[in-house]
Amino acid sequence: MTLDPIHQFNINNLFKIGQIGDHAIYFTNSSAYMLVAVVLICLLMIGGVAGRQLVPGRVQSMAEVSYEFVAAMVRSNAGAEGMKFFPLVFSLFMFIVVSNVVGIIPYTFTISSHIIVTATLAPLVFFTVLIYGFYKNGVKFFKIFVPSGIPIYILPLVVAIEIISFLSRPLSHSVRLFANMLAGHITLKVFAGFVALLGTSLGAIGWIGGVMPLALTVALTALELLVAFLQAYVFAILTCIYINDAIHPGH
Amino acid sequence: MDPASAKLIGAGIACIGMGGAGVGVGVIFGNYLAAAVRNPSAAQGQFGNLIFGFAVTEALGIFSLLIALLLLFVKL
Repeated sequence: MTLDPIHQFNINNLFKIGQIGDHAIYFTNSSAYMLVAVVLICLLMIGGVAGRQLVPGRVQSMAEVSYEFVAAMVRSNAGAEGMKFFPLVFSLFMFIVVSNVVGIIPYTFTISSHIIVTATLAPLVFFTVLIYGFYKNGVKFFKIFVPSGIPIYILPLVVAIEIISFLSRPLSHSVRLFANMLAGHITLKVFAGFVALLGTSLGAIGWIGGVMPLALTVALTALELLVAFLQAYVFAILTCIYINDAIHPGH
Repeated sequence: MDPASAKLIGAGIACIGMGGAGVGVGVIFGNYLAAAVRNPSAAQGQFGNLIFGFAVTEALGIFSLLIALLLLFVKL
């Protein structure tokens, strides 16, 4: 038998929704899971504020905890002024965390394991920072490339490094999330494949021995749950840090 | 050399880069733990910095893993 750990990332066309030139636009399984994530978030937030009780119930406390978690993150990393961007950070965080956690469920599709999705979210943050930075600070925005207190003879080198690191932000921002999810899901499938591989090659002893990779798969799924949350957190916290640069350039 | 085997060897070589990221992540968490044991009250305030440093360091290891995965799975 052959193992195919990347079969899970196949995009399947579900039905056609339009045509641009020669390209047919399809509603794919990726779009379906994006819709699922958005519906779940809407249910959580609308269901959370529907009751509005003084002592919150289950759904309301989940909504409140997620709000407070992101709000504390924005306040501590981008300051009180950064709360202007709270809706952006909250939407990004909730979308990524919900889609990642949905992707952990077996036989589902993980949206963020495709670079096209993360490479759309990261430039959104990049251009938000760039446009707001120039809108708010004008030419002074270039101060983020010139850290204060650097000796003049080393300054050209530091400025070059800062410019390169600024321009590579969308790349690292998107590839981090995408590659983490991709690598995690491939690892899960490879370890799950070991169970079948042992059973088909060694017979009865193999099926009994297959308990070990199966147990490891369960443990890895728990680790993936942590990674799914952590990568959403990292994506959101980096967004806050980049927005902080736009609000307060010059470190 | 056979191109298919060259691809596999290349994927193996690309994974060496992950060792460096492993050292870096270990340094970050080790130092955080050492500092947190000395001054537990200041530990909570540095959690954001910890995650930021972890993310930036880990990205480099992930890049090399990505190259390995591309070499293994992308069909040209």
